[in-house]
Amino acid sequence: MHREKFIERVLLLLALSSVGSLALITIFIFLEGFPLILSAGLKNFILSSHWAPTKGHFGILAMIISSVFVTLGAMVIGVPLGLSCAIVLAEFSPPRLKMVLKPTLELLAGIPSVVYGFLGVIWLVPLIRNYLGGPGLSLLAASIILGIMILPTVISISIDALTAVPDLYRDGSLALGATRWQTVRRVVLPAASSGIITAIILGMGRAIGETMAVIMVAGNALQIPTSILDPVRTLTSNIALELSYAAGRHREALFATGIVLFIIIMILNLSATLIARRR
Amino acid sequence: MRLDPHLSQRLVKTLLWTLTGVTLLILIFIIVDIAVKGLPQVTWAFLSQDSTDMGRAGGIFPTIVATAYITLLAILLASPLGVGTAIYLTEYTREGWATRIIRFGSECLAGVPSIILGLFGFVLFVLKLGLGWSVLSGALTLAIMVLPIIIRTSEEAIKAVPQDYRTACYSLGMSQWQTVTRIVLPSALPGITTGIMLSIGRSLGETAVLLFTAGAALRTPVSVFDSGRTMAVHFYILAREGISMPNAYGTAAVLVISILLINIAAYTLMQRLMKRYG
Repeated sequence: MHREKFIERVLLLLALSSVGSLALITIFIFLEGFPLILSAGLKNFILSSHWAPTKGHFGILAMIISSVFVTLGAMVIGVPLGLSCAIVLAEFSPPRLKMVLKPTLELLAGIPSVVYGFLGVIWLVPLIRNYLGGPGLSLLAASIILGIMILPTVISISIDALTAVPDLYRDGSLALGATRWQTVRRVVLPAASSGIITAIILGMGRAIGETMAVIMVAGNALQIPTSILDPVRTLTSNIALELSYAAGRHREALFATGIVLFIIIMILNLSATLIARRR
Repeated sequence: MRLDPHLSQRLVKTLLWTLTGVTLLILIFIIVDIAVKGLPQVTWAFLSQDSTDMGRAGGIFPTIVATAYITLLAILLASPLGVGTAIYLTEYTREGWATRIIRFGSECLAGVPSIILGLFGFVLFVLKLGLGWSVLSGALTLAIMVLPIIIRTSEEAIKAVPQDYRTACYSLGMSQWQTVTRIVLPSALPGITTGIMLSIGRSLGETAVLLFTAGAALRTPVSVFDSGRTMAVHFYILAREGISMPNAYGTAAVLVISILLINIAAYTLMQRLMKRYG
């Protein structure tokens, strides 16, 4: 009996590892970054776009705006593609084809982000430069690459949401004389909507947090973009580009950038969890 | 104007299938491009020789060793934690606030982007604990990254073990721990293995975390305190600094093919498991 109690304690300790890690991450990022937000002032930090960390200017507005635009762009590309795949696989494809297509599409998730970035530089950037103008390394390039990268997230969660809709709903609608597409649009999609919204939000979180691929294709110029062909620097790329040589307040400013990113992502994850739970 | 429902269905279906086709084409393009340009570079010498001239010449042997070293260490660290968590959640407690907090923590951890993990590993392991850019710092941070994957898959695997097995054990007078170690875990092993394989696949491709925790030294790491450049980091540096396109493609080919093989194996294992337990 004693032994069982002891084992239970040990297991509880192990089970706290994930919560503990999350707490440690939060504490350390805040400890390192928060002093700078206090000393520079929150307003100067997130509402100014003057970033000259070695001269004491720590405004990250341009990067916040760039991150938001890149993420929205990724949604414009990724959501229609991802939802189409999910609807085709869950509703229109013969079961055998689905058995092949679903795992094939899930392989997209295994391809490392650096590979996406690399292929973006080799293939996509020259296309944009030659046919649309600008330097090629751009908001548009980053959006397209990220749009592709979020596909596995959007597809797999949407498929789960669609397949969770009971067949009775479909049968009922079809029995009333609706076509398959009318059934999908009027019955299945509304019933699966909270799952699909979760998929989109998690895709957003993935896009805004992605770093390596974005560094490679976005051009990393410090400016508020005025066109989709402008090069941009996101919150994530700013951290990754400067961390290796930053020291003192400059490094604190990068952790403070991390805090902003962390908060955005936690809000997205929380809303995804809440929406998923509402089901 | 109202479109005939059957006509509009046909139009929509065409559009949806086209977009699905585009997605598949992108995937095929990525794999074919990497394979066609990368595979010719991959010779025995490429895999077994040291890198020279910053990766411009020679092979990728040190990066293969560093990748294997860091990944294995990370998995060794994360597996007991992850499987232990799963056992606790499924066998040792009822659903309540404790399980809710643990699951929520694990879900949130899964959503933390790798650059944040990189920042964290850099400040805690590299600086505060004085481990420096090292295999150990990298493995510790990676372990945190893959923990949610192992927890989720192990939990599903353990839950899939039929309740009858447990009832039979208890009726034979076995203790709970005996039931878990002798019956439940062995039955759940294929599922747990799947999770570990997915974690390996995820670790192989990781860059942002390792760039700031394991560093980028291009020598074969021996001690856990040596810095080590993994294949993914090596590929990133070759590509970004334009050091050598052929070697970048070669490294990418080795990387992508190993990840795909591991993921396909994990998927096959999972399918078999699902057949067994329906």
